[in-house]
Amino acid sequence: MPDVVSAQSSRSRHRLRSVLIRSLLYPVSVTLAITFFFPFYYTVISSLKQSWEFYAWPPILFPERLQWQNYLETLEAGAFGTWFYNTFVVVILSTTGGVLTSALGGYSFARFRYRFREALFVITLSTMMLPAQVTLIPQFILFFRLGQWTPIQWLDTLRPLWVPSWFGGGAFAIFLMRQFIRTLPPDLDEAAVIDGAGYPRIFWSIVLPLCKPALATLAIISMLGAWNSFLAPMIYINTPDKFPISVGVRYFQVNYQGFDVTRPREYLLMCASVISTIVPIVIFFAFQRFFVRGVVMSGIKG
Amino acid sequence: MAAGVETVVGVRQALWGYTFLTPWLLGLIIFTVGPILFSLYLSFTEYDVLSPAKWVGLSNYETAFRKDALFWPSLWRTFYYAVVSVPLGLTMSLLLAMLLNQHLLGTNVLRTMYFLPSMTPAVATVLIWLWLMNPQIGILNLVLSKFGFPANFPWVHDRRTVIPSLIIMNLWTTAGSNVMLIFLAALQGVPIELYEAAEIDGAGSWPRFWHVTLPMISPAVLFNLVLGIIGALQVFTTAFVASQGGPAYGSWFFALHIYQQAFQYFRMGYGSALAWIFLVVVMVLTLINLKLSDRWVYYGGGV
Repeated sequence: MPDVVSAQSSRSRHRLRSVLIRSLLYPVSVTLAITFFFPFYYTVISSLKQSWEFYAWPPILFPERLQWQNYLETLEAGAFGTWFYNTFVVVILSTTGGVLTSALGGYSFARFRYRFREALFVITLSTMMLPAQVTLIPQFILFFRLGQWTPIQWLDTLRPLWVPSWFGGGAFAIFLMRQFIRTLPPDLDEAAVIDGAGYPRIFWSIVLPLCKPALATLAIISMLGAWNSFLAPMIYINTPDKFPISVGVRYFQVNYQGFDVTRPREYLLMCASVISTIVPIVIFFAFQRFFVRGVVMSGIKG
Repeated sequence: MAAGVETVVGVRQALWGYTFLTPWLLGLIIFTVGPILFSLYLSFTEYDVLSPAKWVGLSNYETAFRKDALFWPSLWRTFYYAVVSVPLGLTMSLLLAMLLNQHLLGTNVLRTMYFLPSMTPAVATVLIWLWLMNPQIGILNLVLSKFGFPANFPWVHDRRTVIPSLIIMNLWTTAGSNVMLIFLAALQGVPIELYEAAEIDGAGSWPRFWHVTLPMISPAVLFNLVLGIIGALQVFTTAFVASQGGPAYGSWFFALHIYQQAFQYFRMGYGSALAWIFLVVVMVLTLINLKLSDRWVYYGGGV
């Protein structure tokens, strides 16, 4: 039976080759990982250098004594506490509003039958492809006019950054909620209908609790979005004390040196980068599994 | 009788459906559809927010196409950025996803390390990379000098190298981002039997990738491609923070042009015309993209 033998040897050759390839994959993966991670290391290490080490050539990879007081200096030079507070206000208000109202919208698209439902859903999805630049100018004018028509101030406040989230939370959020609610067994809410529970109660006490995983995923995505948002706060807010952290760090980049140009302190920029990156990274580590789930849940895995 | 009851239930259902959709419907009208239409109107006017809008017909569009010296260059520059960065980014993301799909020991750690850069806020990313790319004392120039290149590569400080530098910055944050996770999920959805069948047929790893993997994940490729192009065309924060559109307008992208006209010069009418031209460009490119996708996207997976 020479055929079998040759098949076996070819299979073992195959196996040998795949073992070889796999052992090559390690150096590649690890090199890539180090490359991706190195900027973090270098930033943190640079933020802890003494001034002369920072400006040394060739660059120093292992500074001898870590200068933790650089961070104190940074916090004194910029209003980071205020910027953090402003960001938290926006993150909390916009995330709450976005999560609640997108769950309502998703529930509607997933469970109710009405005219134009499909058309509205397609319109909703197509807004995901809309470049932000198109709506930015009219939205700015809208908030400017609202400031004139209502006794509430809108421009140069945080309101334009979170109030829109209370109107559905955006197309992606609605899409995600609809996809998730469609995977829930309909028997549960149908049974409640037969028991005579009204739809608001079904939503609040049956659907919403079942949606917790989706809500968590959405909350994280929305938190990170609010944290990173740059263009909108830059357009709406002029007073540095009202900046969220993203624009605050940009403001810091331009103004940290103040009038004292004799002593360059660019390491403060590295401290500022670290300070503004810590929270998203902590959020990521705390809720890692929700990220992957969000991708799988949205059903775009092909 | 029964039919009557059903209609009553149907109407009640529909009413509740609309009720639950109300926040989003209002949002759609107030913050999306209304603004789009309003900006179309504004694009035919001259408007500085403080004095009433003045109808000027097509003159804003004429200014854009014929007189504005920055219009065409900023549009081409934006295309250049997208044409280079999107294929590069998608290839990198797919490569990382394929590495993660090999079930190597420590895959979780690798995935975290690839993904972390995408958690970095855009402004911080730019500050970090400006430091790595410092022309005098940056560590990237040290690396270049080790390979025998001169150690004074200008990075964002030269017209010719600024866009490639910005592309590298964005590659760092996008390669391991959601794009990679979407590819990874798609790769995990490819049935193992297909690979086994291909192997029995004697297909090597390259044909297997080309004839099995790529067709099977093509819907994910399309999704990432469409959103990647739309995102790349809107490039703003990196260029704004890293180089302020410079040097000598070398990174003056279309989004910066809109921003400057609308929010620094308060030419809201002209800004709206630019935004509408941009919208049409993005829509046409997306439609071409979707149209062409019929030829290469395979929906055999039944998704």
